[in-house]
Amino acid sequence: MVTETILQQLVLFVPELILTGTFCLILLTGAFTKLRDYGTSTLTLIGSIAAFISVLPTIGVQKSLFAGMIAIDSFAVFFKLFSLVCLIGITLFSLHAGELKLVRTRSAEYYALLVAMTLGMFLMASATHLLMMVLAMELTSLSAYVLAGYTKEAADSSEASLKYILYGAVASGLLLYGISILYGLTGSLHYTTINHVLAVEPLSRVPLALVFVLLLVGFGFKISAVPFHSWTPDVYEGAPITITTFLSVASKAAGFAMLIRFFKLVCVNPVASVEAGYSIPLLPIDWQLLLAVLAVLTMTVGNLVALWQENLKRLLAYSSIAHAGYMLIGVVSFTDKGIASVLVYLVVYLFMNMGAFLVVMVVANKTGSEDIRTYRGLGSRSPFLAIAMTVFLISLTGIPPTAGFIGKLYLFAAALDAQWYWLAFLGVLNSVLALYYYVRIIRNMFLRESESAVPNISLTSGEVLLLGALLVPTLVFGIFFSPIVEIAQKSIVMLGVP
Amino acid sequence: MTIQILGLGILSWITFIPLLGMVAVLCMPKHAHVAMKWTAAVVTLVQVILAAVIYFNFNPTLSGINTLDGMQFVERLTWIDLQSNTSFGRIHIEYFLGIDGLSMPMVLLTALISFIAVFASWNIDKALKGYIAMLLLLDTGMMGVFVALDFFLFYVFWEVMLLPMYFLIGIWGGPRREYAAIKFFLYTLAGSVLMLLAMLALYFSVVVVDPATGEKIHTFNMLAMMNPANYEPNSLLAGIGTTMRAIAYLALFIGFAIKVPIFPFHTWLPDAHVEAPTAISVILAGVLLKMGTYGLLRISYPMFPEMAQQYVVPLAILAAINIIYGALCAMAQRDFKKLIAYSSISHMGIVLLGMCALNSQGMVGAVLQMFNHGTITAMLFLIVGVLYDRAHIRDLDAFGGLALTMPKYTGVTTVAFFAALGLPGLSGFISEAFSFLGAFQNESIRLITIISTVGIILTAAYMLWTLQRVFLGHPHEKWRSLPDVSPRELFTLVPLAVIVIVLGIYPSLMINFMASSLNHLVDIVVRGSIHTTVLQF
Repeated sequence: MVTETILQQLVLFVPELILTGTFCLILLTGAFTKLRDYGTSTLTLIGSIAAFISVLPTIGVQKSLFAGMIAIDSFAVFFKLFSLVCLIGITLFSLHAGELKLVRTRSAEYYALLVAMTLGMFLMASATHLLMMVLAMELTSLSAYVLAGYTKEAADSSEASLKYILYGAVASGLLLYGISILYGLTGSLHYTTINHVLAVEPLSRVPLALVFVLLLVGFGFKISAVPFHSWTPDVYEGAPITITTFLSVASKAAGFAMLIRFFKLVCVNPVASVEAGYSIPLLPIDWQLLLAVLAVLTMTVGNLVALWQENLKRLLAYSSIAHAGYMLIGVVSFTDKGIASVLVYLVVYLFMNMGAFLVVMVVANKTGSEDIRTYRGLGSRSPFLAIAMTVFLISLTGIPPTAGFIGKLYLFAAALDAQWYWLAFLGVLNSVLALYYYVRIIRNMFLRESESAVPNISLTSGEVLLLGALLVPTLVFGIFFSPIVEIAQKSIVMLGVP
Repeated sequence: MTIQILGLGILSWITFIPLLGMVAVLCMPKHAHVAMKWTAAVVTLVQVILAAVIYFNFNPTLSGINTLDGMQFVERLTWIDLQSNTSFGRIHIEYFLGIDGLSMPMVLLTALISFIAVFASWNIDKALKGYIAMLLLLDTGMMGVFVALDFFLFYVFWEVMLLPMYFLIGIWGGPRREYAAIKFFLYTLAGSVLMLLAMLALYFSVVVVDPATGEKIHTFNMLAMMNPANYEPNSLLAGIGTTMRAIAYLALFIGFAIKVPIFPFHTWLPDAHVEAPTAISVILAGVLLKMGTYGLLRISYPMFPEMAQQYVVPLAILAAINIIYGALCAMAQRDFKKLIAYSSISHMGIVLLGMCALNSQGMVGAVLQMFNHGTITAMLFLIVGVLYDRAHIRDLDAFGGLALTMPKYTGVTTVAFFAALGLPGLSGFISEAFSFLGAFQNESIRLITIISTVGIILTAAYMLWTLQRVFLGHPHEKWRSLPDVSPRELFTLVPLAVIVIVLGIYPSLMINFMASSLNHLVDIVVRGSIHTTVLQF
């Protein structure tokens, strides 16, 4: 009986199965054939496109699978498609990455781990059971640890990997401790059951507050929120740039998916929320305020520290911390609008952040440096690259007519709508702060001349296409943003939320 | 009144034709300097012609401001329309252009100043392609601000100007250009994000009913935001005189004040002006500063009439500080360009004082002063540019007796200087007189007005002193060989001088076109006159 149900349910689990199959296939190919880089990357692309297509039929489905372990719903589908787009993008990036060329012999491991990480993100986005959530998170994290140290010949890559593991291990440990206390209090690991127990039984504040803080450490680590961010700059700087990009976009998005689903299903009073028409917090602690403080800390610290960075990878690492802070604004308000605004922001962020990293990668390929000084005079040496970078940076700042503005607009609108005025105010002030360091890059590209005779950076057609594919949405969504907003609004449907 | 060319309204053309020019310039080969310059010249000339067409077809009896039928050359299209679904309201953003007596002078000014700026940039050699592209993009942004009637669209245009301006100061500017450029960028962005919050608050408070479906829609339509009946009860900005409304008014005010700039937000201006190349200073002083006061009149005043009334005295005090402090600072300068920059602060103070009057004279004086200051200050910066191009210094004390060697130059300069200090018979006099007259009539700010008039004497003092230092006295040996003003430079200066003289003699050419709108604006602020506009979707 049970087996039969599971087999039936597997139909909806096909995307994950395809990814698992791709993972195995790549490993086997790497071990037993002479197909190296292009072979394995092609397999990755085929696998991810197949997974993408297999996700499409599950749009609109609302179902709980495997005895409530995971949920198939629009929210999960959104993040699945999101991670797949990232995976495809990163695979294409990897083909152009100079630092990976040195280690071509091990490329099977690289692509296999990327696929495994994506599988982890799938499960992170759909987990409705704490155990499943932890497993998914560990799958993503473990793959990421290895990938961060993938170019083990480079000392800072190994250092990045080690730091990542140490921080990650502590964060998972604390998260598990929190989960065990929560289990002790409520007797269940299912989100909905926990929610039910919390709603019915009065539990004392202190252990719940402890649980909450411990869980926040785990989530905060994943989305690199201040004060759990200290691993981010070193890992982002040390890891191969493709992995940095993947971590800063896909992994962060999956962290947000996990965070939002947990709070939405566990910490919101379902009955009262339906009556009121908006989400009513359930816990006896003000977790919204706590998240708001976290958001302010994250964006302010991220922006302030970014001001001083000379290495672009590190600068973008801090900027990505700040962006997590902005997105937390949407989570704090916790209305449907708030969550939709986070999804809008993620889509926008995907294009602009990947674009900025791509430019850094291309420049690093040619010059071997990520230092801001190598960007001097880029405007005259390679106008297209410099203009593309300018658009991405302006979008990251949030100035119209770029997509970044729409993202910020939705976040601040959601905050105002949910009456978080001071949060919106601090948010906009932060985007002014951020302008300074983004413009520093623009200043180096256009306002300063290169110090010595540096060769022009010529782009391959593949790089031009990739840049174009990221540039066009960054501009077009700034003017016609209906599609992303529509998708985001439809994607907030979560299983178990009335 | 609507005029269409090739199926597109004239306002769309006048706004986006520079953008077309920019695309054309970008497609040209790098060294086709002549072609690029002439493209820019032609594009801006077309803009001037379109502005003239608008001027001659403008109906001066219609008032506009908050009535749709009072708006002229209206273009209205749906830009973003998201149907509502569960828990999300409908999102409706319009591409909504139109002008009235308040924006028409600004449209003329923008077209004119942009055209002149192109010719003032004729000597630019460094990365000309980028320069022209940025200049034309800036032009589109400026024009867009003055014709947009949808707040969202307004905001987009407002922000589009930032990046080109940053580059124009930062790449083609003087020695401290990097500092000046980033300072300008940071200041204005700080102002505009505050405006963004106020805009969102207005959006969430204002609701119009779609007559077709009876559905309630939040809107960015500025006209709808001016009608108190459209504010949803219990929404953020509902009611009259609430704290939230005061905060929103303040946020908008800071956003606009930075642009004007109003003391104490003015510190970016001297830096930006001194470092910017001549043509960009001309645009900055001629058009950009007007956006601040335009925003106050277009948005703050009609949307928050009670706040406009309540804060008249503080605003008048700031205006007085602008007038006197700006003049005193100008007097202390040895750098010719910095002097003109501070004189702008002083003259924009007169605009503010006129606005504070809250009566027809004051308001007409203010808007006329916006236009006049645009033309006069553009002349002044061009004049500084002429001298700097020849001597490569701007130190006032280093010159003397130029009247002997450069008679034509001295003639034009004299016209501009006398216009700036408000000599009767030149345009500056009319607008300053109206502003002060209007402000004097308003009893609550009468004392402030009296004090502010000191500014007129100070202005005369520093202008005449400058004239004396540079043009009179014994000529320096060093500057004996300076060539007089060239035909190209005369071509940029003379049209402005003609306008200054003509408007000084016959100001009705301008006043007639704006009186009706400005009277209506005064009505809205003072008597809360409301014309319900039924919005159709």
